This record gives sequence, structure tokens and C-alpha cells, in this order.
Amino acid sequence: MLEISLRHRLSGFTLDLALSAPSGVTALFGPSGAGKTTVVNAVAGLLRPEQGRIAVGGEVLLDTGANICLPPHKRRIGYVFQDARLFPHLSVRANLLYGRRFAPVSRDGAEFDRVVAMLGLEALLERRPAALSGGEKSRVALGRALLCAPRMLLMDEPLAALDAARKEEILPYFERLRDEVQLPILYVSHAPAEVARLATSVALIEAGHLRGFGPAREVLSDPGLAPSLGMREAGAVISGQVAGQEADGLARIETAGGPVLLPYPTGQPGQALRLRIHAGDVTLARGRPEGLSALNILPARITQIRPAEAPSVYVQLALGPERLLARLTTRSVAALGLTEGMECHAIIKAMSVASEDVLGR
Amino acid sequence: MNWLSGQDWQAVALSLKVAGWATALSLPPGIFVAYALARWRFAGRSIVNGLVHLPLILPPVVTGYLLLIGFAPNGPIGGALAKIGLTLAFTWKGAALAAGVMAFPLMVRAIRLAIEAVDPKLEEAAATLGASRAWVFATVTLPLIAPGVLAGAITAYAKAMGEFGATITFVSNIPGQTQTLPLAIYSQLQVPGGEADAARLVVISVTLALGALLVSEWLARRIAARIAGRG
Repeated sequence: MLEISLRHRLSGFTLDLALSAPSGVTALFGPSGAGKTTVVNAVAGLLRPEQGRIAVGGEVLLDTGANICLPPHKRRIGYVFQDARLFPHLSVRANLLYGRRFAPVSRDGAEFDRVVAMLGLEALLERRPAALSGGEKSRVALGRALLCAPRMLLMDEPLAALDAARKEEILPYFERLRDEVQLPILYVSHAPAEVARLATSVALIEAGHLRGFGPAREVLSDPGLAPSLGMREAGAVISGQVAGQEADGLARIETAGGPVLLPYPTGQPGQALRLRIHAGDVTLARGRPEGLSALNILPARITQIRPAEAPSVYVQLALGPERLLARLTTRSVAALGLTEGMECHAIIKAMSVASEDVLGR
Repeated sequence: MNWLSGQDWQAVALSLKVAGWATALSLPPGIFVAYALARWRFAGRSIVNGLVHLPLILPPVVTGYLLLIGFAPNGPIGGALAKIGLTLAFTWKGAALAAGVMAFPLMVRAIRLAIEAVDPKLEEAAATLGASRAWVFATVTLPLIAPGVLAGAITAYAKAMGEFGATITFVSNIPGQTQTLPLAIYSQLQVPGGEADAARLVVISVTLALGALLVSEWLARRIAARIAGRG
């Protein structure tokens, strides 16, 4: 459990927020310059806020009221920087081991071997950082932070400097980290796709203030917050289970809202997964449409309608316990007479769900 | 070798000793002052900066004279040192002090440039991994500035080898005691028929200087390659 409350003047606005991050990955999400990095730097002790209190697992790291401010090296917080910041004069092995002498526990080799194996660093150990690719550097930086036996991890846009292919290479490691290592993680990002994939909680930050905070699936499906996620990027995440492959090659996913067909294999039957459905890919119909090419027609109930930047509207739908988000025009909403509480059908083209929107469990 | 007199050899040996001590003793304070000037914002920073650079801009005679006032056995600092049995005026130790003071600004400048080239973000990263400031300095900053420290030390050594004005003012020109290589050359030139001796000393002087330069460049390349991970 990480408790943060901060007040700090930045150029142009004042950062003023308070949040309690549960275990798991808490994404600090928001546009560049919103103050996300300031928050993580304050947690790490690299920045001393004008006012604030920060505690991890009950231990107070900063309390300006009580004049407590632990220096960074006494906080035991692993920090993965966007630019990796590996020590250029040390080998990968020495970089990984840099924090070990200060770690209070696990000075044996087992932990080292485990982290090296988890991050796939075996072949890189004797290399220098200059000889690593961007993705390899990120993995080493992550391993280095893990091996100092931290109370929690801070990750400041660790993927922002990487191209799409490198991101795909790293993300599985981050997912493993989230699932295998029981550490609270504060993850700064301005990419909704990353947030949808990794986060258990999302804190939406704009101009130094908390616009929304809660479990990832609630924040991502909140039509009031959707505009902040970006026109192209807004979309909810629903859970499902692979049911199997149909004779024509379509994969069938069972969700609480009904079966969803996807045009590519998604895994073994029984495997749990999550689907990110872009709000712009969801069509609504009042009755069950006939003669339509779209394969996925799910009965739904309208739970919220929120106007966004004209002429668009975000509509939140309930599919059983799941929430879906649709972006429509005000004209469509008016023409169909859509109102909150109304039953309707959500239509999702199978082809519109890209393979990168199929997330792990 | 018999083409140099014993006195000439003495001057060469004394110069090496004086420059060696001057460099070695000014290196730790040189690194400290360079670090403070590069990284810390404190009141009086520009005054410290000015004081460090003073020997560079003052006439060496003036620096020597100030040293003489301060470090003479009846001077404020010299008196205190005399009580613990350390006499600087008119001894080779004084020559080392004069050389060190004159070389100090050059050393600080080289090291400061190197420190300013180290990304403070690396030092921050080391701190988040649990390293105290002193440990960060020893394991991150110092290895990364090693080429700059080496360059500073070599420049200081060369400057100390060639120091003339402050030395002759502070510790005079006593053969075997304070007569370093430049002072010996100067003395030979004052003696009728001493040009040949002076020329030999000049050859030694040039050889030493060039040798030091080549060695330092070779070392600097090696260290830089090691830091960049190519070595």
C-alpha cells in the first residue's frame, strides 16, 4: 500500500493530489507535463515537494509536517527510468549487482539467477550497456531495480523510448513481473494501450490534479474520463475465456456478455484473457440487426451517456457485469432515442479487434 | 652519463620530486573543489572560484611573494607549521607548495569539465539503488571522470615541472635544495659559457614534457575505451 499526498508548485500549475495505491500496478496516466514524473520523483526522494506525506507499507518516507524526508538511498524504492540510466563503465552483471550490497535481504545468488532468468538476461551479463539494444537496456534497468530488494517499484515511461516491436518484446516481461513479484508498482505512462495491458488501478492526472482514480476496468470504461484517454485510444477492457476454434478458423471467446468471435487463434481452450475494445469500434442498434456482416452482436444495457467534444458522445454499456464503451455521434444518439437504462445491442466487427488488443489475463 | 654535471642531475631529480609531490597533494583537494564548483550551489561559490583561479591570473612573482608572507617561519601559517617541525620557505617542500598552488587552477578546470560531463541522472539512479553520496561518488562519478582527472593531473605535473616565478620568489634558487630544472636553466644562462649546459637541460625538459604528454594521451584513450565498454 502506497499513500501519497503532495502539494508542489510547478511551472504553470500546482501539483495537488492524494491517492492510496493498492498492490499491483497503479498506472499514473495523463498527458505529458501533467506532473506524473514529479509524483514518482517525490516518491523516490529525488524531489522534495513543498508539502506532502508519502508512506509505503506504513513506513513514512516523507512528511513535511513532521520534517521527515528520507534521502533516496534510504528509501529502498526501485526506480526504472525512461532512459534506463545504466552505468556505462560497468558490465550488465555489475549493473545488476550494483544495489545488492545495500539490500537488507537476499544476498545469495538464487535471487540473482531468478531475476536474470525472468528477464532473459543470461546472454547479456558480460556485455557493456553501450552494446545493448534499447529493449535490452530496459530489461537490465528493470532487473537492476528488482535486485536492490525494493519495497516498491517506480517505472517512469519505461517503454516510451522504444519502437512498437521493442515494446512487444518487453511487455511480456512486465506482465510476468506484475504477476510473479508481489510489489506495488507505480507505472507512469501516457499510452492507453500499455495502461490497459498492465494496470490494475489507474490514476488519471491532468494539470497536477487527480481526474479519476480506481480499478483499471472502471476508469477505462468511465465515459466521463474517456475524452482524457484520447479520441483514438478510449476503450474498455472485458474479460473472457477461450472456448475453442470454430471450423472456419474463427476463435470463440466466452465473455459475461456473450460469445465474441475473433479472426485469429488466441490460445488454448480454457485460457483466461482480456479484450480491449476501442470505443470507436462499437456500433449500437436498438433491435437485433438482421443482414449484418458484423459477427459479434451482444445484448447490452445503456448505463451512462456522456457528451464529449461535439459532435461525439461516449456511451457506457453493461454486458452483464462487464462494461463496454462506445463512441457515437450526438446525431445517432438522438436518431435512435438512446437513453440511460435502455436495452440495446452492441455490435463489434471481429476484424476490428486487433491482435495487440488481446491482452493476457 | 657524463655530459651532465652532478648539479644538473640534481636539478632534474628535484624537479621530478617537486612536481610529483605537488601533483599528488593537490589532487584530492583539486577533485573536491572541482566537484563543489560543478555540482553545489552555495554562498560564496564565485569567491571560491575566483580564489582558485587567482594563481592563473596573478603575476607568478606576486603569488610567490604572498606565499612567502604567509609561509615564512614568522608568517601566520609558516609559524604554525614551524611548531610541528615543517619548514617550507627555502626548502624543496616549499617549492612543491609553490608548484602545487600554481598548477591548482589548471587541475581544477580539467576535472571540473569532466564532472560537468557526467550526467547527474546516473548519480540519481545510483542513489535510488541504495548508494550513499560518498559511495555514488566512488563507484559512479570517479570512474567516469577518470580521464579528466588524469588530464588534470598531467597538466598540473607539467605546469609544476615548469614553474619558475613563484618558486624563485618563495624558496629562492639554492642548488640541491630548491633549484629545479627551470631555475637551473636560468642559472646556467647567467653564467658565461653556460649555454651548452643550459641546452642539455632544455633537451631533457622537452623530452620529459613530450613523454608525459604521450603517456597521458595513451592512458586517456585506454580509460575512455574502458568506460565506453570497448576495452
